[in-house]
Amino acid sequence: MSILVNKNTRVVVQGITGKEGSFHATQCKAYGTKVVAGVTPGKAGQEVEGIPVFNTVRDAVKKTACDTSLIFVPPPFAADAILEAADAGIKLIICITEGIPVNDMVRAKRALRGRDTRLIGPNCPGVITADECKIGIMPGFIHKKGRVGVVSRSGTLTYEAVNQLTNLGLGETTCVGIGGDPVNGTNFVDVLALFEKDPETEAIVMIGEIGGDAEEKAADFIKQHVRKPVVSFIAGITAPPGRRMGHAGAIISGGKGTASEKMKTLEAAGVRVCKNPAEIGATVQAALGL
Amino acid sequence: MNIHEFQAKALFSQFGVPVPRGKEIKNPKAAAKWAAQLNSPVYVVKAQIHAGGRGKAGGVKITKNQAEVPGLAQELIGKKLVTHQTGPKGRKVRRLLIEEGAGIAKELYLSLLVDRDSGWPVFIASTEGGMEIEEVAAHTPEKIIKELIDPAVGFQGYNGRNVAFGIGLNSMEPAVLNPFVQMLGNLYRLFMDKNAAMVEINPLVITTDKKLIALDGKVSFDDNGLFKHADVQAMRDLHEEEPLEIEATANNLNYVKLDGNIGCMVNGAGLAMATMDVIKLAGSEPANFLDVGGGATKETVAAGFRILLKDKNVKGIFINIFGGIVRCERIAHGVIEAAKEVQINVPLVVRLQGTNAEEGRTLLKESGMKLDVANDLWEAAQKIVAMTGKARKKRAAAGEAGH
Repeated sequence: MSILVNKNTRVVVQGITGKEGSFHATQCKAYGTKVVAGVTPGKAGQEVEGIPVFNTVRDAVKKTACDTSLIFVPPPFAADAILEAADAGIKLIICITEGIPVNDMVRAKRALRGRDTRLIGPNCPGVITADECKIGIMPGFIHKKGRVGVVSRSGTLTYEAVNQLTNLGLGETTCVGIGGDPVNGTNFVDVLALFEKDPETEAIVMIGEIGGDAEEKAADFIKQHVRKPVVSFIAGITAPPGRRMGHAGAIISGGKGTASEKMKTLEAAGVRVCKNPAEIGATVQAALGL
Repeated sequence: MNIHEFQAKALFSQFGVPVPRGKEIKNPKAAAKWAAQLNSPVYVVKAQIHAGGRGKAGGVKITKNQAEVPGLAQELIGKKLVTHQTGPKGRKVRRLLIEEGAGIAKELYLSLLVDRDSGWPVFIASTEGGMEIEEVAAHTPEKIIKELIDPAVGFQGYNGRNVAFGIGLNSMEPAVLNPFVQMLGNLYRLFMDKNAAMVEINPLVITTDKKLIALDGKVSFDDNGLFKHADVQAMRDLHEEEPLEIEATANNLNYVKLDGNIGCMVNGAGLAMATMDVIKLAGSEPANFLDVGGGATKETVAAGFRILLKDKNVKGIFINIFGGIVRCERIAHGVIEAAKEVQINVPLVVRLQGTNAEEGRTLLKESGMKLDVANDLWEAAQKIVAMTGKARKKRAAAGEAGH
């Protein structure tokens, strides 16, 4: 077991003929992911590393029965690509694209409401179930099948945590990057609920950062519904207020969304909060009594 | 991206939101000419900088005497304003907004932004105009009304009525009820059409002759939406931005200047923040946030070095790279090549982890460069803090000897 994706997941890559799209489609396939289709309007009939390209997601679904989409479409067209996938019946949409206008996401997120489609991201590294299926841009080799679920708003910081888990022999079940944008498809709470139900996941690592109140909402949920140990790191204790720290969503505004406030709230909910990101792995090990 | 008040008010005007008659002025002569044209019972001279708290800092002057306007302009132009948002260095005033005064009967607060929880735009309104909304939220949260707008259908009349009756506008001044609802609709259009990140009117006033008018105006834009709007991009004022940050943006780097003395260069925003945090944990302060992005190359690393070294506070540099798709040996090459182009005269610690990290570390060690190589994040942070600490002490000792 794992969450969201596994070795049976059938993936279509939107924007597959672009530089990023073709490179990562190839990498995902090499990891063992069933990348069954690609979409670039006007390029039907071509192939990328043996993956057939279609003009529309609708065609790709019809011909290949793909159920999950991985999006590398440039920012001005990414919201359109998300909605195209949803309309074609794709159940899980993973959007890597960084730099989508917030208002585009506001409309896209609203349009997904009530549909049986989950969006992960945008501006995220993707989702990986260790040793089964990689749908994203993360380096596959640092992951090892194991017992820890990871959910994060960041990319390379997640790799840092995963590397520690793997080196300590704990390994991971699924790692989910929910992305660094202020308006995204899936939040901590959604993923925490999935990990809590997954029998293979024994502990959860949650990596947050300044801005918004997704961590506070998560703390509330953990307190009420999560029985598995949760270890957390919140980036940005040294970040000044009012400045956007790389990610569009990483900004302390009106005194809200500070790292110290988030840490306090999580600690009060029983979460083991690491002050030092180098200690995430060791903290999980201790939490599991190993 | 932020814009000036006079620019925000011009946008308001364009979208049918009433503002005082006013004009951007750059010198006393133009001030005299405009004041004569304005011919108003009251004149307001407002310093234009991208920071709040201008009134308290002496950046807003009011007079009933037209002849005094050029003198007030003279006083403000070129002045350094220090407000709670500018930092101790303050900000030089280069432009003014000179406008007619309004007879104020009541001050309100109004803003519009995206509620991150629902992903819907939300109006925030309060009867406590002129006060900082955070203060109102902290002390009298019941005085704040929030109204979410469904982006599928956009602003509806009932949204406006919910806000208007919510803050008790009908008992304050029934004559402004309909104009208020209409104003909210116009602001929503501005917000969505122009990809704004926030629109704030504080205060929004009801005048003694029962009119609504935006006495102040603040608009900021979503950087990701700027590509759609040449007119918005044209409003950018580079004087209001940190020069090193402008240089970084030109090189596709994400840089924020801070006040510490350990410069850091990292791939990825989350890891960059975490790196700043570890520097602090190890006993020092970060000089900056710098994300060189996923595809760090020789060029980006060289640009990063140049920017870090232009900051005179930087006493040491910490490079922290987690190689994912980007291989560490390529980054090591980048560091070595960049160091040939840029004179690095402060201690340097490079931490490489991830894809081909061992190869990268070997390359650096054999390069003959003066640097320390680390593989663990915490070890690296402690190293750079210890090295700059020593440098500080040595300089301090030398300073004392000189006295």
